[in-house]
Amino acid sequence: MQSIVDHLVSDTIATSLPLYAPELWLCATIVVLLLAKLIRGLDRVDPAFIALVGSLIALSTTAPASGFASLSELQPAELFTGMLVYDGVTIFLRMVLLLFVVLLIVLTKLTRLADPVDGQDFYVLVLGATLGMCIMASANHLMTVFLGVEMASVPSYVLVGMIRNRRAAGEAALKYAVFGAGASGVMLYGISLIAGLLGTAHLPTIGLELARLDLPGLMTASEQLGVLTALVLAGLMISVGLAFKLSAVPFHFWCPDAFEGGTAEVAGFLSVASKAAALALLIRVTMAVCSPVGEAAIDRVALVDQTVVVAVDSSAQPAQTVESRSPLSPVRTYVAMLIGIAAAATCTFGNLAAFGQTNIKRLLAYSTIAHAGYMMMPVAALAGLTGSDPMDASQAVASVLIYLAIYLFMNLAAFAIVAFLGSAMGSDNIDDYGGLIKSAPAIAVSLVIVLASLVGIPPLAGFLGKFAAFAVLAKAGTPLTLTLLLIAGVNTVLSLVYYWRVAKIVCLRPEPTTRGPLTLGVWPAAYTTLVTAPLVLILLFPAGLTNLAEAAAAGLLP
Amino acid sequence: MNLDSSIVYLSLLIFLPAVSAVAIALFAPKDSDDPVKQATLAVTVVTFLLSVGMLLGWPGIEFSAGEAAMQHLCSVEWIPSFNIHYLLGIDGISMPLVVLTTFITMLAMGASWNIQKHVKAYCVLFLLLETGMIGVFLALDFFLFYVLWEVMLLPMYFLIGVWGGPRREYAAIKFFLYTLFGSVLMLVALLILYFSSDVRALDAKTLANVGIADDRVEAITSADTPQHTFNILALQQLGQTTEQFKGDLAGKTYEWWAFVLLFIGFIIKVPSVPLHTWLPDAHVEAPTPISMILAGILLKMGGYGIIRICYPICPEAGYDLAFVVCTLGVVSMVYGAFAALAQTDFKRLVAYSSVSHMGYVVLGFGVWSTLNVDYWKLGMNGAMYQMIAHGISSAGMFFMVGVLYDRVHHRDLNQFGGVFSRMPVYSGLAVGIFFAGLGLPGLCGFIGEFFVVLSAWNYSMVLAIISAAVVILTAAYILWTLQRVYLGASYNGPHEEALTPITSREFRIAAPLLALAVFFGVYPRAILDYMEPSVSRTADDLAPLAASFGIDGASPTEKVADMPRGDRKLAISNTPSPALRP
Repeated sequence: MQSIVDHLVSDTIATSLPLYAPELWLCATIVVLLLAKLIRGLDRVDPAFIALVGSLIALSTTAPASGFASLSELQPAELFTGMLVYDGVTIFLRMVLLLFVVLLIVLTKLTRLADPVDGQDFYVLVLGATLGMCIMASANHLMTVFLGVEMASVPSYVLVGMIRNRRAAGEAALKYAVFGAGASGVMLYGISLIAGLLGTAHLPTIGLELARLDLPGLMTASEQLGVLTALVLAGLMISVGLAFKLSAVPFHFWCPDAFEGGTAEVAGFLSVASKAAALALLIRVTMAVCSPVGEAAIDRVALVDQTVVVAVDSSAQPAQTVESRSPLSPVRTYVAMLIGIAAAATCTFGNLAAFGQTNIKRLLAYSTIAHAGYMMMPVAALAGLTGSDPMDASQAVASVLIYLAIYLFMNLAAFAIVAFLGSAMGSDNIDDYGGLIKSAPAIAVSLVIVLASLVGIPPLAGFLGKFAAFAVLAKAGTPLTLTLLLIAGVNTVLSLVYYWRVAKIVCLRPEPTTRGPLTLGVWPAAYTTLVTAPLVLILLFPAGLTNLAEAAAAGLLP
Repeated sequence: MNLDSSIVYLSLLIFLPAVSAVAIALFAPKDSDDPVKQATLAVTVVTFLLSVGMLLGWPGIEFSAGEAAMQHLCSVEWIPSFNIHYLLGIDGISMPLVVLTTFITMLAMGASWNIQKHVKAYCVLFLLLETGMIGVFLALDFFLFYVLWEVMLLPMYFLIGVWGGPRREYAAIKFFLYTLFGSVLMLVALLILYFSSDVRALDAKTLANVGIADDRVEAITSADTPQHTFNILALQQLGQTTEQFKGDLAGKTYEWWAFVLLFIGFIIKVPSVPLHTWLPDAHVEAPTPISMILAGILLKMGGYGIIRICYPICPEAGYDLAFVVCTLGVVSMVYGAFAALAQTDFKRLVAYSSVSHMGYVVLGFGVWSTLNVDYWKLGMNGAMYQMIAHGISSAGMFFMVGVLYDRVHHRDLNQFGGVFSRMPVYSGLAVGIFFAGLGLPGLCGFIGEFFVVLSAWNYSMVLAIISAAVVILTAAYILWTLQRVYLGASYNGPHEEALTPITSREFRIAAPLLALAVFFGVYPRAILDYMEPSVSRTADDLAPLAASFGIDGASPTEKVADMPRGDRKLAISNTPSPALRP
């Protein structure tokens, strides 16, 4: 007993905590923010400043200890006895999330969203949600999956309702919270089904247990139909929770309301950070059930074996993993179909619903939904590819990472512009954006660039993301992915119509007479230019991003 | 900066306008309209000189005439994860188009002097557009080609949408949507080709010829996984010499799908019936200089894509679908001509005449019969010549319409007349240019149309007769137009007093166009010497392949049974001359 405890302690202190540094720094910042009001002297410090410093430190600690050059050789390591996993995707996602948070804090400072008095609450909630998202991105156990989703969601509910005395905000928050609670409940039920059926909640072990079940045999023999049904149900239920976080159809209803009710900054946070974390989680779950890692790949499984109930019983047959490839093919087909259909529906619905919007935040909400659809497509391809070609599978993961990194800048810029304009003219109506090219040329040009990038028109960065995702679909070459490719292509053309309506109003329409004079300072223009510039530059020098994403994805597969 | 280096020179040619655009956007002070226009014009002149300089070997690299192969190939790694290179090169097919682009752009900038609204933005977008256009003709990496192809979209949208006529917003978004739709299809085809390609099938010598660097060659030959490529020249070799694009996809080969997708993408740009409907709107609503560029250059990109990408990469599909391609070309000709006859808007008439004239280009590319490669060569050369000739005559026609519109602010054909007596110099130039568009012998339009019709006769007499008959329709609408606008006793529209003689600026734009139209009409070798070797080589490379398509041990009659009905008659008529089959 004593030796187990010692082992646990040494593992936690020696291995887990150093690799967990960014999250720890976030926790520390949260504590400082909460205490700042109580301590004399500290209460004068702007909470935005504390949050900024804390998240910058956290960002700086995300770099892998061995440097980025050897990122592709990084061996995945399990933290905290298998609860979390530390690998390239974790590193990449943390960087994306924390970079976003840093930029978001600067944005909120510029838009004066959080004044020094209640700034603490706001930043504590933002950093708390980010903490949850980091956990989502590195989850390796169904418990941490659920924990991460909840930790990311609960502060988000509050953030949406932060604006006082505004009915829409309260309504949006309530809707979001009720929806979220329902989705989590269903997800938890799915988790319990899986854990009950397979005797484990450790993600890699789930895959191995599934492989051991010999699903093809059961299906052909029509035996244990109850188990099969329960597995299918569990998969559906867990995907409900994920779909809620991804705002995938048909669990997207909260998204437009929450975006419209909340502030633009919060909407941007939900649209980028929350989505990035949810996609990472989707990749984790997909990988776990479609491509279980053998004991050799994760060096800490042995430790898990001793200390936790969850165990990988592969000590006897090392050949198991090799053989397990075909037993998983029904799982792969199921997951690929599930994600593929959801992706196609999400993408198409998001684009079609965006057509009729008159409020820019609602429009961007549907655009977010559509982009979630595009980003889920490579994951559907991934589910199929894990069985055939690990190299291509890691390409699929890399394409999602590339897309996410570009998506960060696109949506951050879009919501920043909406926030600046919203506070300057007190309206989010698209029609009020008329003639912006005259009254705020820098912001208008940035907005056009962002919109073109969202459509995916080269030479803007959005094209690179779409190209990477489309390439994976073409590469996989199955009827499902080729259909998805076609749907994605048609959707790209569809999306032009509504994005371009905004661009048209901004550039071609006269200024509406109802709108007062628009005064924007230098800083909003500077900030917008700063976050838009990457969209122009990334495709000129893409190697840095693509190489980093590929290196990050390389370690994920055996 | 060493101008003797291919990559520096060609990059300068492409990006000089874009860099100048950025400089103008950042540094040009407000209210400096005239200096900005002059600077922009200077940039287009320098770009033109750079492109013509290649013919003379001054000031940098030299383009040697009479050479069929790709010259000045140069490549730099761009996105290593997808084997994407910044690969440029120039040959007899692209060289005339590049010069045409820089020339028309320069004249169009001269024609932009009347633009008063947001001059700085106009000039910036105009220069960005030029970068995209030149780049498309020089890019030899499919990805780079695609990116540059799309680069034109945004500037063009705004140039039409902001500076256009009354229905500009509608026209601009229609143009945007059509082109984006075509591009998405092209993107899908590009991915299909990329992932089915494997350059390991090519030997080291070929790899070096297609512009793959020596150090990469070794890595490729020793690799044990498929080495995909976006290199257009490599894809051409793979399409012609290997079976890599013959994989099965929903009952057809990859090649077939790629050809169809690419072809749709390109004929949207050409444009061919039934995907032409964006063109009349875009051309009519665009301001005069942009109409000149649209008709003079943008349409040529579709044709360029067909000869550079569609046929060489997907020869078998091209051969199978030759009849469809030719029929589309002829239908466009006839439809465009009839539609032009029915117009009362001067500019719309010219726009439909473009649809009709570009039909010759499609027909010329399509007349691929096994009977005799010389006829196909003739058709291809004719089509290429027609592209250049149409670039000159249509830009001229749009400019001529613009000159009138600037004065009287209407384009109703029934409200003109008697312009000859009021603007004699202008009318003389205009009649010359319209005759060039008509295809009068001795002017540039004749050569291309004549070649194409001649070659079509050998492919299908029916198509040839129809296409020859279109000349009558063309003559009808052009002569009728000339009669309604320039002849007649008196002008019977509004703003009669505004019909002042042509200004010297306008003269300096129109005169070179007419001069070139005459020059190329009487001395076609001026273009053909540069162009013909490369075009003919494309035909020579592809034509022998036709014998191997679909035969695979089957007898010719069995093969005929599999062909579309249109080809069947043709193939049967071909069988008596087996000696011509390689």
